[in-house]
Amino acid sequence: MAPPSVKQHVFAPWNDPDAKPLIRIEGVSKSFGDFSAVNKVDLDIYPGEFFSLLGASGCGKTTLLRMLAGFEIPSEGSISIDGVDMTDIPPYERPVNMMFQSYALFPHMTVEQNVAFGLKQDRMPKARIAERVKAVLDLVQMSSLAARKPQQLSGGQRQRVALARCLAKEPKVLLLDEPLAALDKKLREQTQLELVNIQDRVGITFVMVTHDQEEAMTMSARIGVMNAGSIEQVGTPVEIYEYPATTFVADFIGTANMFDGVVALDEQSHTVVDCQELDARLVVGHSSGVAVGAPVTVMVRPEKMMVQREPPEERVNCAHGVVSDIAYLGDISIYHVRLASGRKVQVALTNLRHTSEQRLTWDDEVYLTWHPANSLVLVQ
Amino acid sequence: MKNRAIALYSALGFGYAFLYLPIVLLVIYSFNASRLVTVWGGVSTKWYGELLADEKILDAAWLSLKVAVLNATISTFLGTLAAVVLVRFRRFAGRTLFTGMITAPLVMPEIITGLAMLLLFVAMEQTFGWPAGRSMTTIVIAHVTFSLSFVTVVVQSRLAQMDVSLEEAAMDLGARPVKVFLVITLPIIAPALLAGWLLSFTLSIDDVVISSFVTGPGSTTLPIVIFSKVRLGVSPEINALASIVVAIVSIGILIFGIIVQRQEAERVRSLKTASDRG
Amino acid sequence: MTNGLPLRPPHPQAPKMRASGGLRAFSRRWGRALVGLPPYAWLALFFLIPFLIVLKISFSETQAAVPPYQPLIGWAEDAVLQIRLNLGNYRYLFEDELYFDAYLNSLKIAGLSTLCCLLIGYPMAYAIARAPRTIRTPLLMLVVLPFWTSFLIRVYAWMGILKNEGLLNAFLLWTGLIDQPLQMLETDFAVYVGIVYSYLPFMVLPLYATLEKMDLSLLEAAADLGCRPFRAFRSVTLPLSIPGMIAGSMLVFIPAVGEFVIPDLLGGPDTLMIGRVLWSEFFDNRDWPVASAVAVAMLVLLVAPIMIFQHTQNKSGETS
Ligand SMILES: Nc1ncnc2c1ncn2[C@@H]1O[C@H](COP(=O)(O)OP(=O)(O)OP(=O)(O)O)[C@@H](O)[C@H]1O
Ligand SMILES: [Mg+2]
Repeated sequence: MAPPSVKQHVFAPWNDPDAKPLIRIEGVSKSFGDFSAVNKVDLDIYPGEFFSLLGASGCGKTTLLRMLAGFEIPSEGSISIDGVDMTDIPPYERPVNMMFQSYALFPHMTVEQNVAFGLKQDRMPKARIAERVKAVLDLVQMSSLAARKPQQLSGGQRQRVALARCLAKEPKVLLLDEPLAALDKKLREQTQLELVNIQDRVGITFVMVTHDQEEAMTMSARIGVMNAGSIEQVGTPVEIYEYPATTFVADFIGTANMFDGVVALDEQSHTVVDCQELDARLVVGHSSGVAVGAPVTVMVRPEKMMVQREPPEERVNCAHGVVSDIAYLGDISIYHVRLASGRKVQVALTNLRHTSEQRLTWDDEVYLTWHPANSLVLVQ
Repeated sequence: MKNRAIALYSALGFGYAFLYLPIVLLVIYSFNASRLVTVWGGVSTKWYGELLADEKILDAAWLSLKVAVLNATISTFLGTLAAVVLVRFRRFAGRTLFTGMITAPLVMPEIITGLAMLLLFVAMEQTFGWPAGRSMTTIVIAHVTFSLSFVTVVVQSRLAQMDVSLEEAAMDLGARPVKVFLVITLPIIAPALLAGWLLSFTLSIDDVVISSFVTGPGSTTLPIVIFSKVRLGVSPEINALASIVVAIVSIGILIFGIIVQRQEAERVRSLKTASDRG
Repeated sequence: MTNGLPLRPPHPQAPKMRASGGLRAFSRRWGRALVGLPPYAWLALFFLIPFLIVLKISFSETQAAVPPYQPLIGWAEDAVLQIRLNLGNYRYLFEDELYFDAYLNSLKIAGLSTLCCLLIGYPMAYAIARAPRTIRTPLLMLVVLPFWTSFLIRVYAWMGILKNEGLLNAFLLWTGLIDQPLQMLETDFAVYVGIVYSYLPFMVLPLYATLEKMDLSLLEAAADLGCRPFRAFRSVTLPLSIPGMIAGSMLVFIPAVGEFVIPDLLGGPDTLMIGRVLWSEFFDNRDWPVASAVAVAMLVLLVAPIMIFQHTQNKSGETS
């Protein structure tokens, strides 16, 4: 089947068969007792990449990150960084640094001493340490507070110091465990961009854990979506949103309307699915690669649906229902449409005008349609 | 609601009176010129004078002090190691036995510990020729054995509260485990170490039963002297000694309290500056 | 995969299985052993082995020598290893009423003192736990402070109070409640006072710890469900504070059973407690084997309470 027509980024080493990954995770599993926290993960991360691990709480993101840092030893599989097998390398000898969710700033040291700590361990000369500390503190705009103790800093300032402390060592990889979770929404959005900027300037590979999909989409070059210890899909934000690989990813990233059906026809350019629930044929603009008669799910994003009051000519890519709920969000409105089967489908419409006579309201009978290219077949 | 609060606070007041009245009376009567307890013969410090002239008591006090300092230092060292083992090493062979040996001395009647220690020393002397007789060494060993558990409990609770990610962060930044412990863990749990040190110091300088078993000629600690005197009845000299102990403890606690208060004030101030900036 | 995302090339090597973590775990284990060894060895040598020696000597016979007991293991004439287990010391404990009475009396005194500590300590702990947050620590400190002054001196203080010519009698005579001094020192009563006085902080501390941790919203929930304050206390607070009550009681009861100083200074000649019996067997009669047998018997008595204490201790250690 044809690759999706995603616009190629300038930076996309993962599409280059000759590119050498910086981090190579092979068949890594981790179990605590008989509970398996991470399950057979394979993952390559490339130099200079901003990679995010995204998943629900408890899915094993932190555990995977801690294995990269060396705090947990994989029960199975291997991790190599820059071609060196990390299995027997303790945390203090790995070329990675981790920024902890709690920041883990040493309470008995000043900001300056905190940042200098890692450099001292490398036995760097004093003068160079001072220089370097100043440089990274400047980078995160914390030079003026260098003499403070961590207790004397606000949450955002602590976050910067923690970042500076990791950056000071110029690691090959920087691991960030929910670096922004403790900040309020406004500060978080501002810091997201700042963090990306800093990453751009220092050129260090960032691996970030988050459970905030917006954050992951804003900041990352690629995202790995995790579910119950496994990686379900790895891709750019556009790929995982527009072309989710599994129903889990489709559901986890954004909102997805999913219709179950069976394949009626599978061609090179399109697939036709019979959907009993909608009493319609669904045409999807790509090949599904499965046999006729196989059960599949067709996914359509709310913003890709069109609404009309009159029935369409053909019952193709069409759903019929009644508006049951409206959520007005300012820029857009979300309409919940109840189908005959009782299930609700979400449609997002941009609020183009202030008021409109055309505006839908409760109990309006509507038909939802979409373009074949805007839907996706997911094999269960 | 009101009545309940009154009842509660009067229970508290009664409890404090019960705890403090005997000590207060003791101090007051140490200034009594009369040798008889009930007869108030006017204020006098003559018992203090007599006490300070009593060579035997002074020697014993000096010995007790040396034993207490040695004991506190060794117990703090061993107790801290034991606490690290209990908190940081989740599973190891013989953990049950180890925790058992830590908690048992907390409640073990002193008289049993004392007897057992003495019998050990005797058996060791018979077999290896060491320790030769009973001396300060045997007293210190015996004291460490029972006070190390107390240090462990104190340090253990502080260590358990400490954020493990601090240690991990230090290791992540390139510090080896021993260095992490010395540079990060130790400064953070230092208050607990101090508390443990003071606790084992107090336990040692106060102990009479265990010391009586493991002491030898020429190594009489202060409590042993006091005990032998007190067994014969109330003595004004001991009242004076008791008052001195109470005074030292009170002054120590006062200083401690002031330090804690200062730190607290500092903390509050720094929190304020943080919120001003934030 | 149903869409066109590029698949990662399969990795050439099969994933490796790891049993125990290799070299790193090995060196870590040695590092750990180094940390654990000093306290472990110390306690094993100076705490565990002595008890085995006590056990051993309790089976041997007294002899007028240094040390005053016969070796348990000896070589008989024809180089046959000979072990002489002498149960005589234990038989003696059972036959002489003195010991049995001392046991019963120790249990009685320790038990009643524990109860008194609980009755006095519970309201105190409760009052402190419900006091305004800012004054809780100072209030608790006030309970602990006397502990830092000498135990011996605190017991001694009661001698001056309870004596026939002591302060309490003087006070009672002055009020006219009595016209003859009451014999209080050298009675069981004085021993009770001494034990309760000395061990009260050990009851208050664990009680406070559980009461303070207790979620006040539980009480609010109870009140919300129409529970009157006393009922709420009885059906919510009291049951939840049982672990603290057990820990505190064990901290008082176990040392009290073996208490020697208090009955010696405050009790009369007929205040029998095993601690005193052990002391006099050892120091006055120089009968080490019988003293050891008394110690073993006391330990047997205390095994159950010590186990209970360790159990509560471990549990609270896990949750904290
Ligand atoms: N040391 C451990 N012992 C036992 N179980 C553990 C341990 N560490 C993690 N787990 C379990 O492994 C699972 C994954 O944990 P992990 O911390 O990796 O989740 P996470 O994806 O980071 O979640 P969150 O978003 O809440 O931080 C959880 O169910 C957790 O309970
Ligand atoms: Mg996590």
